[in-house]
Amino acid sequence: MKFAFYPGCVARGAAPELYKSTMLVVDKLGIELEEIEKAACTGAGVLQEKNQKLGDVLNIRTLALAEEMGLSIMTICSTCQGVISQANHRVVNNPEYLEEINKELEKEGLHYSGKTEVKHLLWILLEDIGIKTLQDMFNIDLSGFNFAPFYGCYLIRPSDALGLTKNPERKHSLDIVIESTGASATDYAGKTKCCGFPILLINQKNSLKMVAKHTGDAKDEGADAMVTPCPLCHLNLDGYQAKARRQNKRGKADLPILHLPQLIGMAMGLDPKELGINKHLVSTAAFIKSIKTKVA
Amino acid sequence: MEAQIKVKRFNPENESESFYQDYSLDVAEDSTILDGLIKIREEIDGTLALRCSCRASICGSCSMKVNGSAKLVCKTRIKEVSPNGELVTVEPMGNFPVIKDLVTDMDLFWSKVKSVDPYVKTNFEPEAEHIASNESMTHLLGVMNCIMCGACVSECTALEVDPTFTGPAALAKAYRFVADPRDEEKKSRLGKLNENSGVWDCTRCLACVEVCPKDVAPMERIVKMRDLAIEEGYTNTSGFRHTESFNDSIKKHGRLDETRLALESTGLLNISGLIDLAVIGIKSLFKGKIPPPLPHKPKEADKVTSIAKRLDSQEKEE
Repeated sequence: MKFAFYPGCVARGAAPELYKSTMLVVDKLGIELEEIEKAACTGAGVLQEKNQKLGDVLNIRTLALAEEMGLSIMTICSTCQGVISQANHRVVNNPEYLEEINKELEKEGLHYSGKTEVKHLLWILLEDIGIKTLQDMFNIDLSGFNFAPFYGCYLIRPSDALGLTKNPERKHSLDIVIESTGASATDYAGKTKCCGFPILLINQKNSLKMVAKHTGDAKDEGADAMVTPCPLCHLNLDGYQAKARRQNKRGKADLPILHLPQLIGMAMGLDPKELGINKHLVSTAAFIKSIKTKVA
Repeated sequence: MEAQIKVKRFNPENESESFYQDYSLDVAEDSTILDGLIKIREEIDGTLALRCSCRASICGSCSMKVNGSAKLVCKTRIKEVSPNGELVTVEPMGNFPVIKDLVTDMDLFWSKVKSVDPYVKTNFEPEAEHIASNESMTHLLGVMNCIMCGACVSECTALEVDPTFTGPAALAKAYRFVADPRDEEKKSRLGKLNENSGVWDCTRCLACVEVCPKDVAPMERIVKMRDLAIEEGYTNTSGFRHTESFNDSIKKHGRLDETRLALESTGLLNISGLIDLAVIGIKSLFKGKIPPPLPHKPKEADKVTSIAKRLDSQEKEE
C-alpha cells in the first residue's frame, strides 16, 4: 500500500514527534510513503481569507503532483486534510473553475483531472487497513485506559467536502480507533469543537477558555489522555494547557495530549519514548509509567 | 412506524434541574420531528413546551438540537436521523437561555442583530423607493436567505466561551449591509466590526456553515469582512498581522514560517505577549524541540512563490 505523503508544516516544524511517530507506525502498518516534496502549505484557511483562488491553486497543485505520481494522498493533520478536501470539493463540483485553475498549473506543466483521493491517516486505518487487520498488529491491550478523542474542526466539517455522508464511519473514526486498542473512548461535549488554536494569537483569553474547557471536561469524565489527529489542536491543548487551566480555575495541567500515531504505536508495543510521548509540554511521566506497568 | 423521541425537559417554575423524558409514538413514514413533537404535546403530554409556526422552514421558529446539533425540526424527517428506529434526542438550542423545555429566550440574539444596524444607511433621504439593479444585488441572495432561526448561534464555539461575541447570525446580517451597493456607511460599519467581539473573534470552526438550514454560510461572510476591513485600512489588529504574516511566509518560502508568524501576530511591541511566547519556546527547548530557525521549504520553492506573487497581483488588479 503506497501513498503520496503530505506531512504538513507542523509535523516538519513545531511537532517533530508527530513526524517521527508516523514514520514508525506506517512502517509497521506496511504503508509505503513518498513525500510530495514540491507541495506548498495548504494556507490553513488563513491564506484563503485574503485570496481563496491562490489557496485553491496551491492545493490543486498538490493534488496534481500526486496525480503525476499516480498515488492517493495521505495527510496527518486535520487542518491540512480539511483545507485540501475543501479545495478539491470546489473544483470537482465546478468544471469551469477547475479549468481556470488548470490554466495556472499548466504554466508549470501540471494538470489536475479531479480524481486524486486525499485521506487522513485516521481514515486510512479504517478504510484501507481495516480495524480487524489493525488489531492483529496490536501487542498491548490498552483496556482499562480511557482516551478522549479530539478530532479537530476540519476533519469533521464541512461534511460534504469531507465525504462524511458517503463514509459515515468517518464521523466516529477516532472513537472507533481508540476502542480498537481495547481502551474506552471518553464521551464529552468538546470532542468535535474548536481547540482555540486559530485565535490563539488574536484572542488568547477565549482561545485558552476552550483549552481549559475541553481538557478539564475530558479529565472530569475520567480521561487518562487525549488523542488528536490534528497537530494544530495539539499545539494549543498541550502547549497552553498549563496556562489555560490555571487562568480558568480548572486545576493543573494533568491531561497528556497524544498524536494519533503515538496511540497506535503504543498499542503496537513501540517504546513510548521512541514515539516521542515524552516530548510534550504537559508531563507524560505518570502516563508512561502506567503504560509500562500495564505491559509488565 | 414507531418513533422513540427523548426530549430534554426543563420548567424553571417547578424544577431546579433539567431532565430527559422518553416518548414512544406511532408516526407516519414521512413525519418530521416537529410532527412527532406536536403529536407528543397533543396526545401524550400536554405540558411539553415548544415553539413553531409555519412548519415549512420559512419562519425560523423551530430550531432545536437534534442528536446534538441544531436543525429546523420542521425540515428534518424522523426517518432521516433515525433510519432504523433509533432513539432521537431533541434538546433546546445551545448558547441560549432556556425558558421552558424546548423554548429558548431570543432577547440577546435580537439585541445583537440590532447592534449591527440592520438597515441600509444613506447620506440622503430617498424621495422614492431606493432601487438597486438586480445584478448588483445577486451576490447577496445567499446571505438574504437567513431566516434568523439561531441554529448557527446554537453551535458557535466562540460564543460558547464568550457571550459578548457578536456571533454568526448578527455578523452575517452585518455583511448583508456592508456589501449592499446602496449603503454608504461601509467604512464605519467595518470599523466597528473590526473591534473586540467582532469579526476577528470567530474561530473559523465551520460549525455555523454546517448547521445553517439555508446555506447562508455565516463564517464565509465573517472572513470576507476581515478582508474588507483590511482593504478599508483597519490594520491595527493582531488578526491583520496574523493574516499578513501568513501570506508573506507563503509568498517568500512556499510554506509556513511558524516562528515568524507567532512573533509577528503577537506584535513586536507587545512585550507581555512576547514573554508568553518565550515561555512556550523555552519549555519546548527543554523537551528537545528546537523551533527551526528557517521554515522547511518545499523543493523548487520558487515555483510556489511565483504562483503566489502572480495570483496576488491578479487579486489586487480585481
